Amino acid sequence: MGDVADAAGAAIPHPDSEEDDLYHPHSWLTKYVFSQDAKVIGVQYSLTAISIGMVALVLSWLMRLQLGFPGTFDFIDPPAYYQFITMHGMIMVVYLLTALFLGGFGNYLIPLMLGARDMVFPYVNMLSYWIYLLAVLVLVASFFAPGGPTGAGWTLYPPQAVLSGTPGQEWGIVLMLVSLALFIIGFTMGGLNYVVTVLQARTRGMTLMRMPLTIWGIFTATVMALLAFPALLVGAVMMLLDRLLGTSFFMPSLVEMGQQLRYGGGSPILFQHLFWFFGHPEVYIVALPAFGIVSDLIATHARRNIFGYRMMVWAIVAIGALSFVVWAHHMYVSGMHPYFGFFFATTTLIIAIPTALKLYNWLLTLWRGDIHLTVPMLFALGFIVTFVNGGLTGLFLGNVVVDVPLSDTMFVVAHFHMVMGVAPVMVIFGGLYHWYPKVTGRLLNETLGRIHFWVTFLGAYLIFFPMHYLGLLGVPRRYHDLGQTAFVPDSAHTLNAFISVVALTVGVAQLIFLFNLFWSLRHGRNAGGNPWNATTLEWQTPETPPGHGNWGAAQPVVYRWAYDYSVPGAERDFIPQNDPTAVGMTR
Amino acid sequence: MIVTLVFFAGLMSVAAWWLVRQGLGTKPWLQAQPAAELVATGRPSLPTAKMGLGVFLAVAGLLLSLIISAYVMRMDMADWQPRPVPRLLWANTGVLVFSSAALHWASVAARRGNRPGVQDGLLAGGITALLFLVGQALAWRQLAVAGYRPATNPAEAFFYLITAVHGLHVLGGLVALGRAGTRLQAGASMVKLRAGVELCATYWHFLLLAWVSLFALLAYAPSVTWFVALCSAPFR
Repeated sequence: MGDVADAAGAAIPHPDSEEDDLYHPHSWLTKYVFSQDAKVIGVQYSLTAISIGMVALVLSWLMRLQLGFPGTFDFIDPPAYYQFITMHGMIMVVYLLTALFLGGFGNYLIPLMLGARDMVFPYVNMLSYWIYLLAVLVLVASFFAPGGPTGAGWTLYPPQAVLSGTPGQEWGIVLMLVSLALFIIGFTMGGLNYVVTVLQARTRGMTLMRMPLTIWGIFTATVMALLAFPALLVGAVMMLLDRLLGTSFFMPSLVEMGQQLRYGGGSPILFQHLFWFFGHPEVYIVALPAFGIVSDLIATHARRNIFGYRMMVWAIVAIGALSFVVWAHHMYVSGMHPYFGFFFATTTLIIAIPTALKLYNWLLTLWRGDIHLTVPMLFALGFIVTFVNGGLTGLFLGNVVVDVPLSDTMFVVAHFHMVMGVAPVMVIFGGLYHWYPKVTGRLLNETLGRIHFWVTFLGAYLIFFPMHYLGLLGVPRRYHDLGQTAFVPDSAHTLNAFISVVALTVGVAQLIFLFNLFWSLRHGRNAGGNPWNATTLEWQTPETPPGHGNWGAAQPVVYRWAYDYSVPGAERDFIPQNDPTAVGMTR
Repeated sequence: MIVTLVFFAGLMSVAAWWLVRQGLGTKPWLQAQPAAELVATGRPSLPTAKMGLGVFLAVAGLLLSLIISAYVMRMDMADWQPRPVPRLLWANTGVLVFSSAALHWASVAARRGNRPGVQDGLLAGGITALLFLVGQALAWRQLAVAGYRPATNPAEAFFYLITAVHGLHVLGGLVALGRAGTRLQAGASMVKLRAGVELCATYWHFLLLAWVSLFALLAYAPSVTWFVALCSAPFR
């Protein structure tokens, strides 16, 4: 478009640059390392997230060793134990789950599933990954800093996070807060891309209501993350100032070891509000992409159209909005006005309605479907049962009167790991098995995948079901060593040892998965373009793995929704979204 | 958190209004369209960059409203000690108003294809924005000399935090302004220039709006305790 300027009074139009803005790499470095291609960035995000996730996995083994066999391992002293807890929690929730779902799956799938050539701001997208990597490196650096990483617990509650009794008070907490701030800045850059790409870069015919539920989940979760992470940023910056400049945002007047500290007038509760205004939506930031992906896995592998697509979309949006008005249910034991407790308990329980709706729709999609028990399907089914289990105990904990006695017990650990640990991880595995053939052109090994699934699935239940029981017995969480506690029977110690053995076994099963990832890269069965006979656009690319610009000469045109499986009268049991044949119009 | 929730509710109503217009009630399974009657994507008519800025402003707005929320919550406590407001802030506010007006002028000039007008507008806007930052730094100095440092009292801590966060947003805006200026120097087409200048102008209006709200909060906040009391009355 040339310069249209200076014709007196003529309005200058807006640039209409959909096609000509696609960035083209010129060297190996800009193609695979400093790439602006969302697919490469997605893979980079995924690999980084999985790598740092492995660190967190090893930390959980160490914690289990201590809990199962207290006193056996000298190097796990109380400070080390708290450092393991803190880093395990923070890495898993933020640096693995959030980054993998939104940065990994989001980057890879959004442009492909929408028929776009790339994200709308590719340069910003690239920056997003590198800032994320920097955040991860800063976090890892805290392991090597004097005093080690912070041991304040993953919620980093002040004042104790800043006080000298807490491990990692010198460097650990500073590096943690800086790393979180970097992560949020990087994520905001990526998040802007995901949202604006969904809004602006959909191909012709791709209305919002024709988007696969995976995109709806990632889109809504990204909007939520963009609105929730600023709260954590504000909290992190304020605590950083408390720690470094001696301000008193969160630090009240304190006497420590007989010494009056220079702090005064801060409010620790203020931090809790900020943290949980982020923290609760974070649960759904992880859950919504999982909901979306699992819907697509179930529809594809059961050869059925998703039941109640509209309701599924509405439920995702409703859950996203509701999740912002429930945060204080994490603060029942911090003390609050009973009316507030009542309000937050009510909103918490209301979320169960759209969530249950999604569950029924998944079940009805499976009902009389042509279920193929492929590895992705196994993981999807595993997710559904696990999410129900974790969700039901969430209803317990959402009630103030039940939460108060259970809050500091293993019950919370069990609930939380079921609903936010195991369930989303099931979907991540399902998604990786499902889309790996698109990324690499080869299928993951089926036998190894089945072993991986069954050990992980059964193992997770052997770990976390008994933990509910321990919680009901009153076994406290966050304790390095139970010692001689009167109300904890000997059998609880035996159970703890059992849980630890299973946890290590499940850990080893993840190594099988890692091996599979690398082994199948070379030796996996050739997948072809569309191994699952799926309808969505990412399986209709001219090349597999998709080339630069995704679509070759012309972008696809979408004629139908994403779930035309087993349409009566159709030639095959699926009709791709970009198939213009008129079958299925009048049903 | 009332301020944050009100802001959030505003964002949600915009999102809900937009979603409803996107045909969220349609039944996509009944609409397999042959090529001739292909439905439009329902894409918004805004240019992509503007949409991007809009989303960013929503995020930045929420960030500021969270800080305001924290400030108001802290202020509501019994031991709150207010702090003097440097008079210089009034002058700074005036400078920022001028800066915002200059960029508006630049964007009008860009729409008309008036290249020198764009140049003058950008230059005036940039210099006044820099002047605003210098003014803010001087205000910090005045406070610090008078003994009000970040660690003295929560009120001071919040003052420094709020002005610093806003100042950082101004700095970020100056980077974008600098890019638009470089593009102008390089003789970029008026179409590209217009897009950049309009984004800058929108961002500057946001900066002004944010600053006026923050300034009112910092200078006059005690007078809204009746509002806090009203909102929390049902829970007392």
